[in-house]
Amino acid sequence: MYAFSYVKAKSLQEVSDFLRSNPDARPLAGGMTLIPTLKARLAHPSHLIDIGALEELKGIESKDGALVIGAATRHAEVARSARVREAIPALSALAERIGDPQVRNLGTIGGSVANNDPAADYPAAVLALGATIITNRRQIAADNFFQGMFTTALDAGEIIVRLSFPVPKRAAYEKFAHPASGYAMTGVFVADTGKGIRVAVTGAGPGVFRWNEAEAALGKKLAVESVANLRVAAEGMNEDIHGSREYRANLVSVLTKRAVAQLAGR
Amino acid sequence: MAKVEMVVNGTKHAGEVEDRTLLANFLRDALGLTGTHIGCDTSQCGCCTLHMNGRAVKSCTVLAVQAHGAEIVTIEGLAKNGTLHPVQRAFTECHALQCGFCTPGMIMATAGLLKDNPNPSEEEIYRGLEGNLCRCTGYINIVKAVQRSAELLK
Repeated sequence: MYAFSYVKAKSLQEVSDFLRSNPDARPLAGGMTLIPTLKARLAHPSHLIDIGALEELKGIESKDGALVIGAATRHAEVARSARVREAIPALSALAERIGDPQVRNLGTIGGSVANNDPAADYPAAVLALGATIITNRRQIAADNFFQGMFTTALDAGEIIVRLSFPVPKRAAYEKFAHPASGYAMTGVFVADTGKGIRVAVTGAGPGVFRWNEAEAALGKKLAVESVANLRVAAEGMNEDIHGSREYRANLVSVLTKRAVAQLAGR
Repeated sequence: MAKVEMVVNGTKHAGEVEDRTLLANFLRDALGLTGTHIGCDTSQCGCCTLHMNGRAVKSCTVLAVQAHGAEIVTIEGLAKNGTLHPVQRAFTECHALQCGFCTPGMIMATAGLLKDNPNPSEEEIYRGLEGNLCRCTGYINIVKAVQRSAELLK
């Protein structure tokens, strides 16, 4: 790890000011991605400003038909929350399967969404549920937020404060986890929002994406048969030592069917 | 450099560390608590698992400065007055180790798992120890030891 200076933030305002005057500083929340990145010397920030304990970034509440989760909420807290389980059980189940218990005890929802790892789980839920990302400066719709591998609409110095998930009629998440890391080789989140069906795919492509053909077919009839013969093109999918692009394209179909089957049972 | 203060196994400790010092290194190098092992040093193997404010975490992926003010329990803090903690006893009885390198992390992860779920199914034990690797692959007896720990803790 390269040397840096650590600062513990006392307020959101302090974080905003600090990041403005220190362009090479980075916010630190759970650190489950950032610290390994630093250890591998893949980043060299001047400062880390610790936002993990900020009260303004904490809490899970229900508000106007939405579930609002503070950005510094740990995965384990989302998984255990009775409120999340009641409002969006698929979100609590998703959180329960991120990484491993130790990672879930520290990693945060805001960190995961801001990092936008192409194989992270949360982006699929955020996009499929049509969540709103509330930052220290503005509100961003999920459809405009994710912009490809590790890239989001967040500007320099902008941090996520909370996420607002409209409560769907029902939703389901299915993933094929990498057996060692737990990351999604492919994950599919299907939501019946009440205004339509949204299908978001993570892990398969260079970033989370909506599968429009599946959404249209499921909009006509919400049943496994609607998507039984649908395929995504292998071209453009991720390919690495763990799986070819054809393999991942196939996983998209398989997991969409499983998610719809799970949803139909709700 | 930063000043850190934390309660480790019930005793208050203070020290001065580089901001980038990892919690695992602070405990091992500054406090001499070498029961917390560093295995992979890349957040995969879980050998460095300890409890921070009551939750199992991988101390190779936490900065010492992040633990400022925290309550830490390491493997050295489990036994009380020379009596092994029930999870330590279960690991001994079930011979849940081969080389033993992963054992401190396995025990701390088990203690964390049983706090949340005092009666885990076999599947829940697999899931609960997902963050810990045994390079000897001695998982059969480790799972037995978790089941035995659950009995002993009742």
